[in-house]
Amino acid sequence: MGFNFQDIRKDFPILDQRVNKHPWVYFDNAATAQRPKVVLEKIREFSVITNANIHRGTHDHAIRTTEAYENARDIVKEFLHAEAREEIIFTHGTTESINLVARSFCEKFLTTGDEIIVTEMEHHANIVPWQMACERHQATLKVLPFSDKGELRMELLETLITKRTKIIAVAHVSNTLGTVNPIEEIIQIAHSHNIPVLIDGAQSVPHASIDVQKLDCDFYAFSGHKIYGPTGIGILYGKRSLLEVMPPFLGGGEMIDQVTFKKTTYNELPHKFEAGTPHYVGAIALGSAIQYVQNIGLDKIAAYEHQLLNYATNQMKALGDLQIFGESPAKTGVICFKLDQIHPFDLGTLLDQLGIAVRTGRLCADPVMDHYQVTAMTRASFAFYNSEEEIDLFIKALQRIRSMF
Amino acid sequence: MTIEEVQQEIIADFSAYEDWMDKYTYLIELGNELAPIDDAFKNDQNLIRGCQSRVWLQQKLDGEFLIFEAESDALIVKGLVALLLKVFSGRTPQEILDADPHFIDAIGLRQHLSPTRSNGLMAMVKQIKLYALAYKQISSQKK
Repeated sequence: MGFNFQDIRKDFPILDQRVNKHPWVYFDNAATAQRPKVVLEKIREFSVITNANIHRGTHDHAIRTTEAYENARDIVKEFLHAEAREEIIFTHGTTESINLVARSFCEKFLTTGDEIIVTEMEHHANIVPWQMACERHQATLKVLPFSDKGELRMELLETLITKRTKIIAVAHVSNTLGTVNPIEEIIQIAHSHNIPVLIDGAQSVPHASIDVQKLDCDFYAFSGHKIYGPTGIGILYGKRSLLEVMPPFLGGGEMIDQVTFKKTTYNELPHKFEAGTPHYVGAIALGSAIQYVQNIGLDKIAAYEHQLLNYATNQMKALGDLQIFGESPAKTGVICFKLDQIHPFDLGTLLDQLGIAVRTGRLCADPVMDHYQVTAMTRASFAFYNSEEEIDLFIKALQRIRSMF
Repeated sequence: MTIEEVQQEIIADFSAYEDWMDKYTYLIELGNELAPIDDAFKNDQNLIRGCQSRVWLQQKLDGEFLIFEAESDALIVKGLVALLLKVFSGRTPQEILDADPHFIDAIGLRQHLSPTRSNGLMAMVKQIKLYALAYKQISSQKK
């Protein structure tokens, strides 16, 4: 597998516990990933040993905290292969990143009668902010559908694009179907019409190395807690040329240059978009999380997770009468499924009794539920600290639960 | 039997099961036994929406007693619904308002009734109480 599994498990002591008298099997990684010791230690360090507000003080702790915060920005810049550190904005998470663009970009560029394109497989966080922008500016939201196999119907993209299309927003990886979307192709098509593209990277950054310059995407958003970092911190990458002309999102401290009651001028990038005291502990710890996965190697992580995905998919199919939603060959370690006619709530409740954590419900993706005409789904999602032995426990649990109905 | 006696009976029934699996198997059994409500009543007006599962609840007054019928699309929830109906259906509005469904806690299924669980059960209890309050107000106006 390219890394020592036992060593990895030692980095995540939280996994070594029992739930409902069974060894805990954590298969809800697409919702949030667990944090390795180095990240927890960093959070502790910048809570217990070092703490002062950033960018404001001349004293020792303020200088140290500011340096660590800005260093984290450099780590993210290198991680995404961005051209400049000014293009990396710290936010609260993917949701805020997308809202920032939907608010600020649309205020500058969206007018009555314009259009925005999203896809049918988006998380609500990449639908609702655009809907709200469309309402504000009397614009129209258009939707690129996906096939039953769980792949975007790329042949329809050109037919949706018009002269009024102002931005295309699409997930790199679907949080329900696991599909890795052909974003290179989408960006290429969009750019041939001079349309910028936002990529929702919440589900992709933990599994793949990203090069925003090679992709040539205009915006890329992701969350810290899905890549083994803390909650409440996220990233927005934006091309400098766009961020420069976009108006500020939130007003307050840090984002200003000079304030008078007559007129306020704004700070330069990236601070223009970071109003108020940021979650600097989260940002610093996110830097550690990124270094942690980089040290292991994202390619190794992706290869191992793919092995888990294949193993689980085969075992699950062998159970019979099990439907998997999303069967694209380009897929991350996410399996949404339905077992017999068992309701996902019942399945999730009983799996929990056997110590296995999965996600059930509508998965913040109502349009995906509607596509398959189901009211809810069960989702198992894997990380590189999971094992085939855990998948065996999961399969045994499914068999046992099935016998109860 | 009073509401309290019914609750004690349910607690006694469940005390026979030590293993969670038996407990849930019994709940699933109760769910399967619960008479389905007429599809016509499975409308938006009677729907108690949860992210996880859905519950439909409808009521009618029979003399001074409030009769409830309910169903869920999830079997475990349906089993719990059956228990709540046993406790609350066929009672006077005042009895319903005075009752606290403590049996859920006693049989070790409290997590299903916490306000953060989005399975619709908590909302169902609230809705039952609201109906009871409404009928109580109507009947006191008549007097």
